Amino acid sequence: MIEIKNVNKVFYQGNKAINALSDINLTIEQGTIFGVIGSSGAGKSTLIRCVNLLERPTSGQVIVDGVDLTALSEQELTQTRRKIGMIFQHFNLLSSRTVFNNVALPLELAGVAKNKIKSKVEDLLELVGLADKRDVYPANLSGGQKQRVAIARALASDPKVLLCDEATSALDPATTISILELLRKINEELNLTILLITHEMAVVKGICQEVAIIGDGKLVENGTVGDIFAHPKTDLARDFIRSTLDLSIPADYEARLHATRTENSYPLIRLEFTGASVDAPVISHVAREFDIDISILSSNMDYVGGVKFGLMLAEFIGPEACANKAIQYLKEQKIELEVLGYVI
Amino acid sequence: MSFNAVITWWTENTRLIELLVDSLWETLVMVFTSGFIGFAVGIPLGVLLHLSKKNGLLENTSINKILGIVVNIGRSIPFIILLVALIPVTRFIVGSSIGTAAAIVPLTIGAIPFIARLVEGALLEVPSGLVEAAQAMGAKPMQIIKKVLLPEALPGIINAVTITLVTLVGYSAMAGTVGGGGLGDVGIRYGYQRFDATVMMITIVILVILVQMIQSLGDHLVKRVDHR
Ligand SMILES: Nc1ncnc2c1ncn2[C@@H]1O[C@H](COP(=O)(O)OP(=O)(O)O)[C@@H](O)[C@H]1O
Ligand SMILES: [Mg+2]
Repeated sequence: MIEIKNVNKVFYQGNKAINALSDINLTIEQGTIFGVIGSSGAGKSTLIRCVNLLERPTSGQVIVDGVDLTALSEQELTQTRRKIGMIFQHFNLLSSRTVFNNVALPLELAGVAKNKIKSKVEDLLELVGLADKRDVYPANLSGGQKQRVAIARALASDPKVLLCDEATSALDPATTISILELLRKINEELNLTILLITHEMAVVKGICQEVAIIGDGKLVENGTVGDIFAHPKTDLARDFIRSTLDLSIPADYEARLHATRTENSYPLIRLEFTGASVDAPVISHVAREFDIDISILSSNMDYVGGVKFGLMLAEFIGPEACANKAIQYLKEQKIELEVLGYVI
Repeated sequence: MSFNAVITWWTENTRLIELLVDSLWETLVMVFTSGFIGFAVGIPLGVLLHLSKKNGLLENTSINKILGIVVNIGRSIPFIILLVALIPVTRFIVGSSIGTAAAIVPLTIGAIPFIARLVEGALLEVPSGLVEAAQAMGAKPMQIIKKVLLPEALPGIINAVTITLVTLVGYSAMAGTVGGGGLGDVGIRYGYQRFDATVMMITIVILVILVQMIQSLGDHLVKRVDHR
């Protein structure tokens, strides 16, 4: 549905050239929810804006639904854009128009008859759950409601593709989840292809089937979400995965933590399970086999695309020799271990 | 002044009152005619200034530069000098260089660049994301101007209209001194030249009330259309 071929984008700031995108190649199949993740400044917005040519690539092709957008005239491009919906981080609703009239705008632009606009807009407001807000101005809506209006507006001209530029980055976690659920719903009901960009791995994990990781204008890695989580090949990918699981040591433990083992202190261990780790109930096994008690302090385990992964903080309580053997065994199971210190 | 005294003054000064009513009418004609023509030219000019900017919707730096220079020249000439300098132009357009109709020419020409800059400023307040969103939905440039830029800038444009009209009230008083008539003319003739403080006070009070009314009406309209 979307093909990005050898796309480069160079910005000039005075004499300085900024390579915002370097030789990007991506294919996004009809009906998928495709995520692009990268840190701030990586080139995500530039990439998604190249898909509807809000930003014209310096070189390369962008093919949407079989049409090479880079080859179109300005007028043809305007027409073609009506089949590509877009939503933004800051919603970009017109403050001068009510919810109803905001959603009606793309239809007005296309010259649709008044009575048809009315029924279409009412259906869309029903779909996004805002039928009761039709005559309200955007200033009186919450962030989540604004994004729902923006989604309804983007869907008004029956697009085949929906582009989402950090669509949940201005929303709180609960609202983010509800917006992602709405996106998933329209993806299923309308068989809409969705390309979304984000800096949050949680968003990708939440709804994407495929993901590409972009860093410094280059495509670093891409594949199914399960694959990337199970076998991240690059440090960048590993960092993003870890960012979804960040575990910190509670302050009172931190205070009791020492660098060396003494008489009655026990190791505090950070265990990292990745796609490579042996999939077995290792914790209870280790406890039984090596005769130690394992006290789990906190843990953040997840299951994505058939793979268990996550982080765990645990104390290994027992004689030093037993604990060491346990650590050795776990390492053999491809679980990454780090002794953070010894707790009294 | 008691109520009776006011009545007495009123009956004894019917000629003066007639003069004040006439000159109020002249002021209104000058302000609103030049304002109206000024908006008809200045608003599109302001839109053009905004659109032709670098990274604007219809980027054209040479047009932008030329318009900018013309507007700046218009803005930098003191109105009193413009008034005199334009006499030949006025004579050519109106056929005479004195009278209310003649005063409208320099007032209009003084108002146009003023309005253009204010409108440009109002358009600058419209977040660029809105224009992008409209482009993304397949809006043509004219549609973006009509359905996004102007409606979103409307509170600012009404504000610009208010400021312009108030400024024109002041300018029209200056125009009065070179034979344009109006309240400013009366104020100066009676107050300054004949030392009639009462008449000068009355014209000032009328001008203050006029300005107040324009400002309140403008503020009221802005409140009604502003949903930000
Ligand atoms: N219009 C522009 N002019 C100059 N540089 C730009 C422009 N837009 C983006 N850039 C630069 O391109 C790089 C990528 O930006 P962007 O795509 O916005 O990143 P992201 O959305 O991932 O945060 C950044 O270094 C940014 O400064
Ligand atoms: Mg961005």
